Amino acid sequence: MSPTDFSTAGELVCPAGTPAALRTAVDAGADSVYCGFRNATNARNFPGLNFTPEELEASVAYAHARGARVLLALNTYPPAGKVDLWREAAAIGARVGVDAFIVADMGVARHIAQTHPGSRLHLSVQAAASSPEAIRYYCENFGVKRVVLPRILTIPEIRAIKSEIPCEIETFIFGNHGLMVEGRCSLTNWMSGLSTNMDGVCSPAADVTYEREADGSMRSCLSGFTIDHFAPDENAGYPTICKGRYVAPHRPEGYYAFEEPVSLNLGRLLPELMEAGVHAFKIEGRQRSKSYVRSVVRSFRQAVDAIRAGAEPDLANLVALTEGQKETQGAFRSKKWR
Amino acid sequence: MELTLGPIAYHWSAEKKRDFYARIADEAPVSTVYLGEVICSKRAPFFDKELPETIERLERAGKRVVLSSLAEVMLPRERKATADLAQMEHPEIEINNAAGLLARNTRPHRIGPFLNAYSEATIAWMVEQGATHVCLPTEMPAEAIAVAAAAGSELGVGIEVQVFGRAPLAVSARCYHARAHSRTKDNCQFICEEDPDGMPLSTRDDQAILRVNGIQTQSESYIELLDELPGLAEMGVTHARLLPQDVDMVAVAEIFADRLAARIEAAEARARLAEICEGRDFSNGFFHGAAGYRRIEAAARG
Repeated sequence: MSPTDFSTAGELVCPAGTPAALRTAVDAGADSVYCGFRNATNARNFPGLNFTPEELEASVAYAHARGARVLLALNTYPPAGKVDLWREAAAIGARVGVDAFIVADMGVARHIAQTHPGSRLHLSVQAAASSPEAIRYYCENFGVKRVVLPRILTIPEIRAIKSEIPCEIETFIFGNHGLMVEGRCSLTNWMSGLSTNMDGVCSPAADVTYEREADGSMRSCLSGFTIDHFAPDENAGYPTICKGRYVAPHRPEGYYAFEEPVSLNLGRLLPELMEAGVHAFKIEGRQRSKSYVRSVVRSFRQAVDAIRAGAEPDLANLVALTEGQKETQGAFRSKKWR
Repeated sequence: MELTLGPIAYHWSAEKKRDFYARIADEAPVSTVYLGEVICSKRAPFFDKELPETIERLERAGKRVVLSSLAEVMLPRERKATADLAQMEHPEIEINNAAGLLARNTRPHRIGPFLNAYSEATIAWMVEQGATHVCLPTEMPAEAIAVAAAAGSELGVGIEVQVFGRAPLAVSARCYHARAHSRTKDNCQFICEEDPDGMPLSTRDDQAILRVNGIQTQSESYIELLDELPGLAEMGVTHARLLPQDVDMVAVAEIFADRLAARIEAAEARARLAEICEGRDFSNGFFHGAAGYRRIEAAARG
């Protein structure tokens, strides 16, 4: 299989926040690895993460030599006056031979389709295309070959969409589970002044503080706002706005207004998702360690290979990855989630 | 610069909406009124049958009427509503989801604030595809608005910016009104109608910060760009959008109109607005490239 052959179903798309993580993912069996530059052009613009142009070039060579592909995330929305940064990133990606661009903004998609014809475009989850019509809009206008579906659809809904679109489907199967429609959330900008869409930032670490109270309880804060308040016997979580506990008129005790802080794990649903026509499986976590990437990628590699070979996958292994943490199948199992 | 009235984000009863638009038609100094359910497809049937009469009523009063489409399109009824709207010849339509763009093709339409028209390149693409008017995302800072407005002027399309009302901060597949009342979205029993200005969410140390409106999350404070109106007009922004809140919106529109025509000073305008929106806080952080909730005083801007 040549590195640019995307035709085999069950593709494992793995995160890489650093060149070392990319090599780890490739060695652990990733079919594709996605990554971004060290700037606002991608939605994980976190300090200490991501690639310089030189690192990307070397990483593409490393992956290609081992039959793996590199997908470049250019999945934020350039604000007016700053589009050149995204265009330069696309030019570098094309020059070093990335296998696909993951885009959300129509202007960026159109630029790549026109300026780098023949490039493969994937539609980012940040585009929030959750109906066959929205997906077809991007396919017909920009030649998008794959859509990363929002994590809000049930398996029967995914199966129905598959029959109505001319492109491949990629779904998230593992990792941090965003609650809001991606690409339509300004919560972080409201509290911190940094925009998820324009700056690629979500609940920035530099704005996070933890404050210990006299009674041993702990407040986790973002930009001075208390996102959660943990009892002395609770583990204090990271203050992501949509995973905090708040007070409402009918909920004076404080409650998870949006969702419990859970991690998505669709390990058990892997066979069903493949049967529904999902072509590629995405593992979230560009901010994660090499050892995390290694164990998650290995486990999913074995499971996908088993399913492809018609054997029983060891799903218990995948389930064990989130053992001890709260996990969810989110919307995929039942629309009651909504 | 003209004033517009954006779509009602909340689940107001049909009667409340009818009375609201009757007053807007007769008294509010806005040139354009956007109608239609943008947030939750379950709410739409309650007012659909009233729409023709409301459109007629507003047009008779000299208003330009635009129908806005759903921000989130996933379920069969949402796909159908979006496709049906895209077929309309009259009145104009504002599209908030790419599904609507596919159905509308290159026939004339407006771009709503949920379509993420952040850059001059994206606006140029949309205009090529038939867009005649673009409402920018609420979080855009002044320097980007200026570039977008210049592009709009060159392309011959209107550029609109929200200047009043709670900031739309997020949408979800999930209904957070239902969740707060331990219900599912399918069995919500329209509990959101109890909160005509949104359901307040406070931090656990009692700082009011967000509002829940069904699947939408909004800011607690109202965006208020009274001081910034002249600057917006100078940039070439053609339309300033007021989002309906559960306050006297005719009075709100009058204050903005008076300020726009320089009939009153900014300080007086703000004092009057504070009186009408009793107890509400105001923000302008997004415009100034700061945290959205912040209120940045003119004197501090240099």
